[in-house]
Amino acid sequence: MSIDLKTIKHISKLSRISVDEKKAEKLAGDLNSIFNFIEKLNELKTENVEPLTSVAETTLKLRADEVKSKNLREQVIKNSPKENEDYFVVPKVIE
Amino acid sequence: MSDITKQSLSELVENIKNKKLSSSEATKAFVERSEKSKELNAYITEDYTNALNKAKKFDEKPNLDLKLPGIPMAVKDLFCTKDIRTTAGSKILNNFVPTYESTVTQNIWNEGAILMGKLNCDEFAMGSSNETSFFGNVQNPIDKNLVPGGSSGGSSSAVAAQLTPITIGTDTGGSIRQPASFTGTVGLKPTYGSCSRYGIVAFASSLDQAGPMAQNVKDCALLQEVISSYDEKDSTSIDFKRNEYSKELTKDIKGKKIGIPREYRVDGMPKEIEDLWKKGIDYVKDCGAEIIDISLPHTKYALPTYYIVAPAEASSNLARYDGVKYGFRAEGENLIDMYEKTRSEGFGTEVQRRIMIGTYVLSSGYYDAYYLKAQKVRKLIKNDFDEAYKKVDAILTPSTPSSAFKIGEKANDPVSMYLNDIFTVPVNLAGLPGISIPAGHDSKGYPLGLQIIGKAFDEQSILNIAYAMEEKINFKNNITDWWIK
Repeated sequence: MSIDLKTIKHISKLSRISVDEKKAEKLAGDLNSIFNFIEKLNELKTENVEPLTSVAETTLKLRADEVKSKNLREQVIKNSPKENEDYFVVPKVIE
Repeated sequence: MSDITKQSLSELVENIKNKKLSSSEATKAFVERSEKSKELNAYITEDYTNALNKAKKFDEKPNLDLKLPGIPMAVKDLFCTKDIRTTAGSKILNNFVPTYESTVTQNIWNEGAILMGKLNCDEFAMGSSNETSFFGNVQNPIDKNLVPGGSSGGSSSAVAAQLTPITIGTDTGGSIRQPASFTGTVGLKPTYGSCSRYGIVAFASSLDQAGPMAQNVKDCALLQEVISSYDEKDSTSIDFKRNEYSKELTKDIKGKKIGIPREYRVDGMPKEIEDLWKKGIDYVKDCGAEIIDISLPHTKYALPTYYIVAPAEASSNLARYDGVKYGFRAEGENLIDMYEKTRSEGFGTEVQRRIMIGTYVLSSGYYDAYYLKAQKVRKLIKNDFDEAYKKVDAILTPSTPSSAFKIGEKANDPVSMYLNDIFTVPVNLAGLPGISIPAGHDSKGYPLGLQIIGKAFDEQSILNIAYAMEEKINFKNNITDWWIK
């Protein structure tokens, strides 16, 4: 299989990472060599194999639904790139 | 006391407990050596003034019952440290100051240790040479312009160069064991679920695990004992009986069954590595252990599986870096433009590459062919180990297929870089513990490591085997202090 520039543009859109032509060409080359290497998995028959989603063979523990941390607004906002005392600020979305 | 920085953790702890050494003296010694070692570029953020103040405070009212009483140490910059910048080696977190502490580092401070600073690493722990860090390459103290391994490259460099007596790293596909092997140090990747992931910048959540790095096995065992804990803040943390690894450490490994997997004899493996492995087999035999040939038939599929699973999880984990809540933001014409520019300018090349791979294998129409397939092969790889452990107690392999390489040597060939992790990646996929110990040198004088892989939750056995081998190997690191100004 081969990943073309159109596919790169599509993945770039899904990933929310902008790429220019030069970067797209470089990425296509890199991804093709990586996927050539990954394709090795197709040698294996896996129809009857259960997928492994977690190596930890335990069931998740249940806990009471309690509020344990309170009044964190200041901490949550503290690292936001645009200063505003109460909210996260983003470019205007609605006209 | 002379040569404080040459002391192992165990010696430092003993000297502090016997009041032959104060925390201030120890901290000052490691801070001074770190300051003279800027050329290694091991640190991203230094916190020396605070460290010296904390040491002074410790000495005023020393609690000598603690496991790490007043011991100064630096940690990988992937662990969130409250009020101390945490970058994960990325531009996108260049200005991020956590308001909370990771569980693993909290466990360390609770036992009396003191933070000296944050150590360099590959960006979001994605790399095998520390060359993907936004904060530049790290030098391996073994030789100039040699990579220290990755992703915990600042950590391995700092321990080998004795800038810190011990440290912690994280290991998703070999990021503790490979850099330990490249620098002649000891590194343990614990069983998945042993150390809490709370407060560790996430890369691939089903594989990530924190672990200790040290100059010897005993120090490694002590640090593992400190950092491993059940934590309800991490839903994959496992509640099992944890040993006091350092107290239960023994060189008596008589009768232990050690497996040698034939599939680890890979094509093109240098003879030096093959010879080292044979020597390792002789050492464990000398200790009274029994050698058993085993087969892990799906080994060759581990790396391709890893390069689907890890990027898939990474693409999902790294979706949070959007320039809104924290971290770097690039201005854009509208919201989407802002997201796309922020992520394009904020992430480095390797991270973008992996996000793109991950996004692709999870995207509509490709999920079954890649991601689901990889999860199934992951099951086969785990089954191989389960089968092997019916016959053996542990498995002995080389840590890496080569010694450390030069900076820039593999930077333009992602696949050849990925092959570095060929012996370490299967261990993460199966969630097992693995330790790398220095076992010899190649013809250039660069260190080579051997890896011991254990059963899940059986860190004690591999630490014991490593401890017994360490005595036989009697490894000496050739460090010349070439970088000291």
